Amino acid sequence: MSIFEYNGGAIIAMVGKNCFAIASDRRLGVQLQTIATDFKKIYRVSDRLFLGLSGLATDAQTLFQRLMFKHKLYQLREERDMKPETFASLVSAILYEKRFGPYFIQPVIAGLGDEDKPFICTMDSIGAKELAKDFVVAGTASESLYGACEAMFKPDMEPEELFETVSQALLSSVDRDCLSGWGGHIYVVTPTEVKERILKGRMD
Amino acid sequence: MGDSQYSFSLTTFSPSGKLVQIEHALTAVGSGQTSLGIKASNGVVIATEKKLPSILVDEASVQKIQCLTPNIGVVYSGMGPDFRVLVRKSRKQAVQYHQLYKEPIPVTQLVRETAAVMQEFTQSGGVRPFGVSLLVAGFDDSGPQLFQVDPSGSYFSWKASAMGKNVSNAKTFLEKRYTDEIELEDAVHTAILTLKEGFEGQISGKNIEIGIIGEDKIFRQAPYLLPN
Repeated sequence: MSIFEYNGGAIIAMVGKNCFAIASDRRLGVQLQTIATDFKKIYRVSDRLFLGLSGLATDAQTLFQRLMFKHKLYQLREERDMKPETFASLVSAILYEKRFGPYFIQPVIAGLGDEDKPFICTMDSIGAKELAKDFVVAGTASESLYGACEAMFKPDMEPEELFETVSQALLSSVDRDCLSGWGGHIYVVTPTEVKERILKGRMD
Repeated sequence: MGDSQYSFSLTTFSPSGKLVQIEHALTAVGSGQTSLGIKASNGVVIATEKKLPSILVDEASVQKIQCLTPNIGVVYSGMGPDFRVLVRKSRKQAVQYHQLYKEPIPVTQLVRETAAVMQEFTQSGGVRPFGVSLLVAGFDDSGPQLFQVDPSGSYFSWKASAMGKNVSNAKTFLEKRYTDEIELEDAVHTAILTLKEGFEGQISGKNIEIGIIGEDKIFRQAPYLLPN
């Protein structure tokens, strides 16, 4: 079994009209045994920038600490928050530094850029960026997430509809995956507010 | 030498609280050729006189204004060789920033990094301070910007500034001519007039250099109009 599937997990980010949503499941497992059912896989970097990390949980937490360290230094140096595009490039560079002993994770980056333009992107574990206009997925449930998102995505959704779409895509996908589930955690980010919600699903 | 026992170690304060070697570096700048810069409402111009030691020197081989990035240019007063070292270090810094963030380095950041290098050379062993002051002209998301960096590593943002021989005359002249609304075209004119003030002999395209950056965020030099 791949080390990327050791803890399990599913992450999804989707773009709407001047907004985006990023969501994950809440399970932390060791192979097939569930250890925790309230595990956070989505991290807030700044008010308008979020990072989802799927894969090996220990690497995810370490990487997040390193990225926050870099981001805080950047804030002090440049007296501004990072643009999502800039942050994505930073993550890519940090990951490639460990080209021959990578962090066993797949990141998902979502943020609002200049003029409230939503930005989403994902990468492999050594920092090859994959930009998308509509949605990106990661984790052990990624195959079913692709299917659900391709079927349910519509362009220019308002925040409420986006929340519904992402939630349904996530919940239906994790039911098809043994390594993710136990409800969901979703952020819907608009230029004016961040809505955070906990979802209940099949809690088994 | 021999002003005092403090004139050798650059890291030793004199009893009056000065670092004598830095004072000397500033003197080297003060006796260098005049350079100036003006920040206009829609761009920045930097200019310098280019007096050559002999008429036999090929004036095309001397380039006192340099590009650091496509949208940042720099000019110096003081020692030419020291300037080249700083240009090389600054360009390297700019490229490293670009590789990390995939976006051009902001002017303030590049100036800070360059100033940090100059500061380091006032405190390290086995080196001497740079005998140059820089005028850095750039245009980025925060608009047109003009900075001066001194050998001590201190830096300032200016609306207009001058360095080298005749600083005080040039600065007085700029104070009289400067307005906040000045546009790039007029600023170029003012820059040349200011150079002319303290210039010995006739000004021509061969004995001055000019660099401009406008809203297109591309730094251009005369008489060598590169890029394009």
